[in-house]
Amino acid sequence: MDRQLLIFAAICYLAAVIRTIVSFRARIFRRSRFVFLTIALGFLLQTAFLFLRGHALGSCPITNLFEVLVFLAWSIALIYVLIGTTYRLSLMGAFTAPLVFLLQVAALLAPIDIPRASPIAPNPWLEFHASISIVAYGAFALACVAGAMYLVQERQLKTHQLHSIFYHLPPLPNLFSAMTRLLWFGFILYSAGLISGFFVNEPLPWTKIVLAIAIWILYGAILQGRYLRWMAPRRIATLCVIAFAVALSLLWSIEFVGHRA
Amino acid sequence: MNFFCFGLNHRTAPIAARERFVGHTRSKALLRDLGCREVLLLTTCNRVEIYAAADASIASEEIAQSLRIDGGTSTKNDLEAFYRKENAECARHLFRVAAGLDSMVVGETEILGQAKRAYAEAHASGNAGPLLHRLCQRAFRAAKQVRSKTQITRGPVSVGSVAVDLAEKIFGDLRGRKVLVLGAGETSEKTLRALASRGVSDLRVSNRTPARAEELASELEGIAVPFATWLEQCREIDILISSTAAETHLLTPRLLVPILRDRTDRPLFIIDIAVPRDVAPEVNDFDGVYLYDIDSLREIASESRELRRQQLAAAEAIIEEHVADFQKHLGLSQSGTRSTKECPARVSGELRTSEL
Repeated sequence: MDRQLLIFAAICYLAAVIRTIVSFRARIFRRSRFVFLTIALGFLLQTAFLFLRGHALGSCPITNLFEVLVFLAWSIALIYVLIGTTYRLSLMGAFTAPLVFLLQVAALLAPIDIPRASPIAPNPWLEFHASISIVAYGAFALACVAGAMYLVQERQLKTHQLHSIFYHLPPLPNLFSAMTRLLWFGFILYSAGLISGFFVNEPLPWTKIVLAIAIWILYGAILQGRYLRWMAPRRIATLCVIAFAVALSLLWSIEFVGHRA
Repeated sequence: MNFFCFGLNHRTAPIAARERFVGHTRSKALLRDLGCREVLLLTTCNRVEIYAAADASIASEEIAQSLRIDGGTSTKNDLEAFYRKENAECARHLFRVAAGLDSMVVGETEILGQAKRAYAEAHASGNAGPLLHRLCQRAFRAAKQVRSKTQITRGPVSVGSVAVDLAEKIFGDLRGRKVLVLGAGETSEKTLRALASRGVSDLRVSNRTPARAEELASELEGIAVPFATWLEQCREIDILISSTAAETHLLTPRLLVPILRDRTDRPLFIIDIAVPRDVAPEVNDFDGVYLYDIDSLREIASESRELRRQQLAAAEAIIEEHVADFQKHLGLSQSGTRSTKECPARVSGELRTSEL
């Protein structure tokens, strides 16, 4: 039952992706209520899944890589639904949908939904640490999406090749401002997650700690570069995309190392 | 009661003829005297059109005379410039006009606002009745649909509007942005005016001939700056429009490097209209610098025009759907004439119901 909910959610995200591709091909690319609604519906289905799974586990449903990926996709959808309208960045859905869809499909297809052999003793600090860190990843993912949109828009302006999407993407300053806000939001949550990790009171592999701190330093450096105006906005946007790719790989490694440890 | 459209536009008459028949304060009253039950006068810089409903046919000469502002007598030549469209043809024409398909720049959206204002004026003065109400509301719906379902309005079609669109993508809000015009030419002046219309208020003009700079600056409520200081000005400005007659590049990467050091977060938009170019193309390689020469601006404008042309068929199809629907609702026969069975009172009643 719970996996079916996820399959339906994936279908919703796929519909948003298809709509985006069709718009691109038809050269009619604009903000779409359909994309927003399909992502919102996918998000609700994921919420139902997480609720059922959490109820069955008796804890926050992030006990294996499958659940972590679903939770991450859910966080991205949550932040998108929250900011999609307020920042007038509903077009972000067109860029968010493929990312969420891929995460969701990866979670569903990979044989990673393995229940833990031994039930985990309830540990509120651990649950807080893990869940808030994943929501932070969601914010970083959307900063990456905003960064990608910025790079697309900037490239068109530089090369003088204006495609249909050019007229529908927000101006560069708006994208940059969304990107920095998401970076700050993610960084604050990630810092809270990192600090709470020290209260977990469970032995943690040192690799996990080192990688988590490395991600914190990476994003901290990007924000510092932004704050001190060392880097042009285009570089910050590029770093947002690279940093998320690195962070996602590290998240995978953390899980992998965590399981092996 | 039948309805018709009578008028002339940029295609059928030159401006000298259009300005003679632009209509006046008494035009509508005169048309009412001629037997029009409902009258709407649409006047723009490109067209003068009367939309009216009348029980009996009214001679074109008399309608033309009611629009004439100089009181003179219209010749056969004058009258040949006018077109007259009845019933379904009239509806089709208004729908096309409102959607911008009949405009000089196809897809322009200003005409819809002008048509709405013309209708509001006719409504307020009691000259628009149920028939014109229906006709206009349908025209506005059709125009809106054409705008949302096709890309007929997309993209800038002149050098000035391309510059404005690009500037808005680079800076977001243009209010408070600083512009420097280097050398004063017609295109740079038009571009500057287009930017000023979107809120750019700090306008600086620099020219080798100070008098010309002063002249343009006073016309645009800007300030003239000495030509010797233009490079220093680049530290402060956001947009540079260059159109001097210099034979070599005025702005090179070497000159720009020290200026860019102080402006990490502030993009610089350079519009180089000069031929030969004033700005070295390599300048575009710097982060945050967006250089466009006249060819790139023209190419973007021409791509937009081509795209709009491609969208015409889709837009016309939407208009035809609305015309057919309008004919059906109003009881117009296929030939476009109004059925004699249709009673104006019934139309009026239907309208009230639909408004409720």
